[in-house]
Amino acid sequence: MTNPQRLVVVGNGMAGARAVEEILHRGGDRMFSITMFGDEPYGNYNRILLSGLLAGTDDAEEIFLNPVEWYRDNGITLHAGVRVVRIDRFAKLVLADDGSVTPYDKLIIATGSRPFYPPVEGMWRDNKTLTPGVFGFRTLDDCAAMVHHAREHRRAVVIGGGLLGLEAAHGLRANGLEVHVVQSAPLLMNQQLDTQAGHVLRRSVDKLGITVHTGQRLTAIRHENIVTGVVFADGSTIDCDMVVVTAGIRPNVGLGIVSGLTVERGIVVDDQLRSIDDDDIYAVGECAQHRGEVYGLVAPLWEQAVVLAEHVTGHNPHSAYHGSRTATKLKVAGIDVATMGLKQPEREDDEFVQFSEPRHGVYKTVIIRDDRLVGATLMGDVSKVAFLMQAFDRGLPLPEERIQLLFDIGTPAPSVGAAELDDDAQVCNCNGVSKADLVTRVRAGERTLSGVMNATRAGKGCGSCKGLVADIVEWAAGGKIEDDPAANWYVPCIPMDKPELMAEIRSRGLRSVSAVFAELTRDGRPDAASKMALTSLLRMMWGTEFVDERDARFVNDRVHANIQKDGTFSVVPQIKGGVTTPAELRRIAEVAERYDVPLVKLTGGQRIDLLGVRKEDLPKVWADLGMPSGHAYGKSFRTVKTCVGSDFCRYGLGDSTALGIAIEERFKGLESPGKLKLAVAGCPRNCSEALVKDLGVVAVEGGRWEIYVGGAAGAHVRKGDLLTTVDSPDEVITITGRFLQYYRENARWLERTYAFVPRIGIDRVRAVVVSDSEGIAARLDAAMQASVAAYRDPWLEGEKPVTPGQFRTALPLIDLPQVPVR
Amino acid sequence: MSAEHPVARADDIPVGEGRAHVVAGQQIAVFRLRDGRIRAVQATCPHAGGPLADGLVDDTVVICPLHNHTFDLATGCSTTGQPAVRTYPAHVDDNGNIIVSVPQP
Repeated sequence: MTNPQRLVVVGNGMAGARAVEEILHRGGDRMFSITMFGDEPYGNYNRILLSGLLAGTDDAEEIFLNPVEWYRDNGITLHAGVRVVRIDRFAKLVLADDGSVTPYDKLIIATGSRPFYPPVEGMWRDNKTLTPGVFGFRTLDDCAAMVHHAREHRRAVVIGGGLLGLEAAHGLRANGLEVHVVQSAPLLMNQQLDTQAGHVLRRSVDKLGITVHTGQRLTAIRHENIVTGVVFADGSTIDCDMVVVTAGIRPNVGLGIVSGLTVERGIVVDDQLRSIDDDDIYAVGECAQHRGEVYGLVAPLWEQAVVLAEHVTGHNPHSAYHGSRTATKLKVAGIDVATMGLKQPEREDDEFVQFSEPRHGVYKTVIIRDDRLVGATLMGDVSKVAFLMQAFDRGLPLPEERIQLLFDIGTPAPSVGAAELDDDAQVCNCNGVSKADLVTRVRAGERTLSGVMNATRAGKGCGSCKGLVADIVEWAAGGKIEDDPAANWYVPCIPMDKPELMAEIRSRGLRSVSAVFAELTRDGRPDAASKMALTSLLRMMWGTEFVDERDARFVNDRVHANIQKDGTFSVVPQIKGGVTTPAELRRIAEVAERYDVPLVKLTGGQRIDLLGVRKEDLPKVWADLGMPSGHAYGKSFRTVKTCVGSDFCRYGLGDSTALGIAIEERFKGLESPGKLKLAVAGCPRNCSEALVKDLGVVAVEGGRWEIYVGGAAGAHVRKGDLLTTVDSPDEVITITGRFLQYYRENARWLERTYAFVPRIGIDRVRAVVVSDSEGIAARLDAAMQASVAAYRDPWLEGEKPVTPGQFRTALPLIDLPQVPVR
Repeated sequence: MSAEHPVARADDIPVGEGRAHVVAGQQIAVFRLRDGRIRAVQATCPHAGGPLADGLVDDTVVICPLHNHTFDLATGCSTTGQPAVRTYPAHVDDNGNIIVSVPQP
């Protein structure tokens, strides 16, 4: 462009500089010649780190976001230390206190805030200068002056017990001063915290050696050239030689007022961050008021800067800011505090979960309305903050057990918040992926969870770390994680969730995996990673009408055995309910010897596993065993573990063994989204561990049976939810079949019941399966009956292989090498 | 220099699957893709020795059945961060035989 537009930015703080960065990022350097005015004689720095600078934990070098060279390198004219005093909107000029006049085409006001000084006697020496020894806490200069003053003085009073006041107190304490915090409200951080949290925080602050005075209103600052003390409304005093005023901030709106812009608490802007009076003037950050809100946090400012840049560059003229849900996580005086949304329940039916442990400085609450997180406070232990922030921000579904929002319960490894985790901490214990590996990927530009998971293989083993991986990726991306539309797709190559995909398959009558690829993928080509999931789905949907293509099966399902690390297979014959006979045991023993089976092992599901069988031996092994398949290899119904029940056990209340055998007989080998492990216990002693099974049945006194669903005791541990209690084994089988069919139709691929049941919610599952709330019970029962009727023992294929070389080894032995000829 | 070896009849490999053969002293997994092409790569996964002939394939990649490491059948390159697998030129001749070319030492 030959004549770039003139963009003038008033304010060189975090908002102004961020807005310019976002504009440059969208090619703004070609569109605009940019001029920036900054009140302070520096480049741009991170104001949030000033408290670290005061405490001596950060140094001045580190807090600069953009040094002066950055402005030069990006062709920005920076007037540092120059204050703009007026805008002539009609001539489109800005007038500065150095007498300069600068024309603009587009103007951004980002003047931020200034400290609020309560009107008390002794605060000011003259119109512009504070009494010596009195400080605000806003700028780099304030901070430097405080550090300098603190060296030769010993007792400081901080006016204001909010966030900034506590940070100042902590910093001064680190400088060796005796520190008092004076708060006019009855609580510390009363803006963000409820009463209890305020008390817990106060205990923690006390422990830092900071004296807190609440409910005290300052009336005067005593001084003799320099500060000597403070006086309160009740007449009491504190002697001191330093006062820091952190009693709130006020937006800098003077420029807006004198220039004729609409100003309420801040400069009033529309959804594009433009002044409502002037389309060429934008306001962003703490000086802007959007839909009645003025934000004093950094996250909303980032969001505003993006919208502003999208709009002013024309990159996306429809970009709009709709306000921010403010969630903060900070260290206040070394104490972790995270708050979001409401601090206490407002309506009668708001759910409120509260945990308080003042002695350890831990306090947590969540507030839930209509199943959505609307507020949370975490103090002392913020390990759950990443999930809560996501849930708050995006309205994610919440765990049915609300306590899980506050604590990790029943997870194998102690879950640690993403931010606190050490870089070298191993996150994925299956594939050995560390936090640093994940962060590196994000820094390299990967912005979706699945992208990071694919690149690092984190979460691709047992999957139990997926939540933590998601937290870390989100944290590393600074919350700017891109929604991954593929996350809800049933298979990666077709952009549909499971219900959509099923409807499409049904309406088009697609009965084979290749037909699905041809009709529903973008390029009509097969996708190896989607084959197994589609095979399972189509078989479930079509039963005997399914057109079975063997190449779409995983190897286990091609040869009906479980592949082992050396390419051999494990063979588990069916032993229903864990009940066998001497004759069967004899045959198993003979087979093990005949085929040199290297390992014979009892499984957790009460069966016998022959491990290390060569693929080519499988048909002979099956024939010699003369037993049906135990299906210990597929994403399917696996086993029913039972206790000895009422025939022999002196405690047995119900015949768990017979019921277990009946269940396994009916549902054996049924394909499903994830494997299914069941159990039946003859009494509440639960010897068969029915409470931690995908579906567990427990006999209770009175001839009744409890049915639990969604339990697990593997990579993930979860006690099943009580679905219902029924009066007879027949009802157990009916409800079991209906639940399994509901799970088959609605669970995502590889979603075990321990994830599926809480996702749907046990109440909903119960309504559908037990009370037939959707009127689908009869259809579910019929679909299950069809699947059961279509069952055929796959080991019969051993007699007549289905494909050429079905049982041919995939690791053929190499002929002995020939002796080299000399 | 490489020599061409007939390894099997095309019909001996089901469409979309792989079978392993020893060709000129090397274990090679031969795949008959659904688009009709033949691909041949080393039989073992470089990660942990998994049998690639047992893997799921599409027109471009094979997924090892042990840990889901994925390899491009044409180039041998891994899309999951593993070392590449060796690839061998392969085709079906006019008589329906699969011919694999193996470099001579």
